[in-house]
Amino acid sequence: MFEQFLFAVEVALNGFMAGVMYSLVALGFVLIFKASGIFNYAQGVMALFAALTLVGLMDGQVPFAHLINAVLGTEAHHFGWHLPAVLAILFTMAIMVAFAWAVNELILKHLVNQEPIILFMATIGLAYFLEGFGDLMWGADIKKLDVGLPQGINGWIDETTFNAFGYGFFIDNLDIVATVIAAVLVTVLVLFSQYTKQGRALRAVADDHQAALSVGISLNSIWVLVWSIAGFVALVAGVMWGAKSGVQFSLSLIALKALPVLMLGGFTSIPGAIVGGLIIGVGEKLFEFLAGPALGGATENWFAFVLALVFLVFRPQGLFGEKIIERV
Amino acid sequence: MKTQLTALAVAAAFAAGPAAADLVFPSLDYRTGPYAPNGIPVADGYADYFTLLNERDGGIGGIRARVLPCETGYNTEKGVECYEATKGQNALVYQPLSTGITYQLIPKASADGIPIHSMGYGRTSAADGTTFEWVFNYPANYWDGASIAVKHILDLNGGNIGGKKIALVYHNSAYGKEPIRTLEELSGKYGFELTLLPVDHPGQEQKSQWLQIRRERPDYVLMWGWGVMNQVAIQEAANIRYPMENFIGIWWSGSENDVEPVGGKATGYKALALTAPGRDFPIYEDLERYVYSKGLSAGAGDQHGKVLYNRGLYAAMLAAEAAKKAQEIHGVSDITAAQMRDGMEALEITDRLMASLGLPGFAPPFSVSCENHGGSGRAAVQQWNASSGSWSLVTDYIKSESGVIQPLIEADASAFARENNISKRCN
Repeated sequence: MFEQFLFAVEVALNGFMAGVMYSLVALGFVLIFKASGIFNYAQGVMALFAALTLVGLMDGQVPFAHLINAVLGTEAHHFGWHLPAVLAILFTMAIMVAFAWAVNELILKHLVNQEPIILFMATIGLAYFLEGFGDLMWGADIKKLDVGLPQGINGWIDETTFNAFGYGFFIDNLDIVATVIAAVLVTVLVLFSQYTKQGRALRAVADDHQAALSVGISLNSIWVLVWSIAGFVALVAGVMWGAKSGVQFSLSLIALKALPVLMLGGFTSIPGAIVGGLIIGVGEKLFEFLAGPALGGATENWFAFVLALVFLVFRPQGLFGEKIIERV
Repeated sequence: MKTQLTALAVAAAFAAGPAAADLVFPSLDYRTGPYAPNGIPVADGYADYFTLLNERDGGIGGIRARVLPCETGYNTEKGVECYEATKGQNALVYQPLSTGITYQLIPKASADGIPIHSMGYGRTSAADGTTFEWVFNYPANYWDGASIAVKHILDLNGGNIGGKKIALVYHNSAYGKEPIRTLEELSGKYGFELTLLPVDHPGQEQKSQWLQIRRERPDYVLMWGWGVMNQVAIQEAANIRYPMENFIGIWWSGSENDVEPVGGKATGYKALALTAPGRDFPIYEDLERYVYSKGLSAGAGDQHGKVLYNRGLYAAMLAAEAAKKAQEIHGVSDITAAQMRDGMEALEITDRLMASLGLPGFAPPFSVSCENHGGSGRAAVQQWNASSGSWSLVTDYIKSESGVIQPLIEADASAFARENNISKRCN
């Protein structure tokens, strides 16, 4: 019995860590939705594109090599250098900012005042374009991502819990790093939105576009800013998930893990994305541990949505979402 | 003027269609989407082999082979669309490279009279030629794979695995569930305890499954995975310090793509293999001379010698040899799909033939017959070494236990025949 309790604690802790990884993806959705009311279907593909770009830059890969070689008859694949991770992250960020600018100039600017469903459809198109563009730019092969993040069982936790309970807990070092990074990220985002001029402008736009425009806040620059931040969050999520599985096109599917988190935490709340992620992570792992064997296993995907739906019944706006009040 | 335009349009339509003399081999590729890293090497190998035949031998029996690529993205609906779009172009055989697409095409291709070759995937009971006239899955199927993996474990344990624990980590789909029935039979026969651990698509998050493995410490873990599920599983196994030499994947969980992202910790991981790995075969000299050096290699030309590239070469070689056999049987070079089927049913792959094709020791010999569309049911075990970045075969080609598998195949095929009102053939 006590052994089962220990197993359940270990499962819950791992669910907590998995929840942090889900939250990293959900954060990007929340930022864009909060600032512009757009549900950005392309967020998962942005994580993929950012991670592909990072690995490509680190490995000195020639972008569009296949296309260039086909047209010019050359055999260019690598520049022959390897960029340090920090430098590559900075360059990747610059590319994500350029991407944010392009999205605003080429898509969003032309869709101001359109229905949310039109903007949502535009991001679906953007997702498919970006997936193909990433493929053309960096190739479809699986890339090993090595930015120096530790991976594997944490020996100290294993040993300490073994000495204390006679059973060593498994906690992945990568998950611990992800938790620390998520905590730092959320703190920085909260400080940014509370204490900087741009952050206040961002909140103003989130509250009321028209009112923000009337006091001279540029909607365009705010949208570029928020898509850039979402690009940065996508890069962090892409690095964390890419370190687990290699950087490959299925990374874009991590967006699926964010949906129940958003339903539960609300589309407009940064703390909601974090708390929602943790509830989903712990809930699905514990359910799998307790009920999975009786139900044939693989319960996590559907249970996450059931859990989110249960919360929705009682709080349609999500745990931390803004209550929708429409006056007639 | 109108008549001239009509004539021009008709002429253009004929010009755009297939040349009558081509032997057409549709290639249901997936070079895009989440499964592209696996689809690309297979498609490249498939195309390069036919290019070699055209460049070196002038085709097959004097007629050029034409590969007709169609992108499926590993999507079943697109796969069916590809089939419908290409079947009218004198397609000789379809190799869908997807169990889902194969299942959809079985009734369609059977009605259209075009053979399907699902090499090491698809519907396992298609090995029964008495029911599945138009479907072939030689040289081995999933049930063979399950039996071969257990036989390897038996070999490692002196023939006694009573009381051992074996876990199956599988893709929670029709594909991943295929080996369960066989493993349950074998569990009863040899007395090992079987634990089933399904992983939902796409398999990016497997913490629950590997925590359970860590708790229960099975002696061996088998894997039926595909795509990102493979990389994550091998990474998680490394994370919990599971002994890699006791972790054995099916042949779709054993390419460079699956182990390289994990780095050094993947060393020792094993997988079943339908062919030998690497490019240490005479055929590669011909490929270099007639294909690669002329810039005719398919794709980016960066997959040569990889496990899945070799599988693509092998699939094309089997198709080409069946076409040759069909030409021989019917005495014509320009064969039809029905004649191709006859060639596939009379296919005989010998060691001598493999050597003459520049592939000595590349794959085991087998033969196909009216009753047996599944081949010999042999596969080897290969093991990964991260420091050399290569797979190597660690066993001979192991024959599956036909005594266990054949009754299962017959039972499943008979049920299919009853449901679909199919009369048994080969009497």
